[in-house]
Amino acid sequence: MVKWTDEERKVINNIFSNLDYDDIGPKALRRCLVVYPWTQRHFSSFGDLSSPAAIMKNAKVAAHGVKVLHGLDRALKNMDNIKATYTELSILHSEKLHVDPDNFRVLADCLTITIAAKMGDSFTAATQAIFQKFLCVVVSALGRQYH
Amino acid sequence: MSLSDKDKTAVKALWGKISKSADVVGAEALGRMLVVYPQTKTYFAHWPDMSPGSEPVKAHGKKVMGGLTLAVSKIDDLKAGLLELSEQHAFTLRVDPANFKILSHCILVELATIFPKEFTPEAHLSYDKFFTAVALALAERYR
Repeated sequence: MVKWTDEERKVINNIFSNLDYDDIGPKALRRCLVVYPWTQRHFSSFGDLSSPAAIMKNAKVAAHGVKVLHGLDRALKNMDNIKATYTELSILHSEKLHVDPDNFRVLADCLTITIAAKMGDSFTAATQAIFQKFLCVVVSALGRQYH
Repeated sequence: MSLSDKDKTAVKALWGKISKSADVVGAEALGRMLVVYPQTKTYFAHWPDMSPGSEPVKAHGKKVMGGLTLAVSKIDDLKAGLLELSEQHAFTLRVDPANFKILSHCILVELATIFPKEFTPEAHLSYDKFFTAVALALAERYR
């Protein structure tokens, strides 16, 4: 079981309570699709992804970005059992969506960078360490049911 | 995933801006790395102080940015341009090349905090490719 200090819980809850999901979700997913274009393979039904400009304008990408970001809420509410919390989602991503779990890591990196851009100076090294620890645990939980 | 002309232009354009704050970017990125990835501290055990903002971290951050400025100037042939640095990292410093990716990530995060407007997804893409290419060139002489 992952251990969280009071400070870590505080920092993570702070970041999420000040988060504009409708802004950050789309930004993070768009960044992922632009920087790691092979991730587009899962979104062939989303319409035009042919250029960074098209990706930025794409409404389905934006909507999906919000959905994915809200997916982190369950980890937030169950920090002491993130592993079990994501069992169902892990099976979904493995058996139905067939997403390479390395994609979770790259999306997590893009989210980190999006949040860093928003928080500026207040995204200190200590904050980054805590945020990345949180995402790392979620990424690991999401990859757990792959066989 | 080699650097296109578009990537090279994007890298050089933003580097012009970055180089004005190069010392800060280098020091902060290195500080982040040592805190977020504590295993990287194993390379700096000889420093009296490894905390962010300390003198050794600032000095070393400056050195690293100097190396990257060299890389930007040699962007058309990184392998040849970084040969000497590759030999240094391979034979003297013996840094595990897995760490290049870690430091690259910390520099990207730092760029996002300092240049939120300029560090667009497209700029991020070009820089991610550039740092990957630099890492490859640095690893050239390892084996």
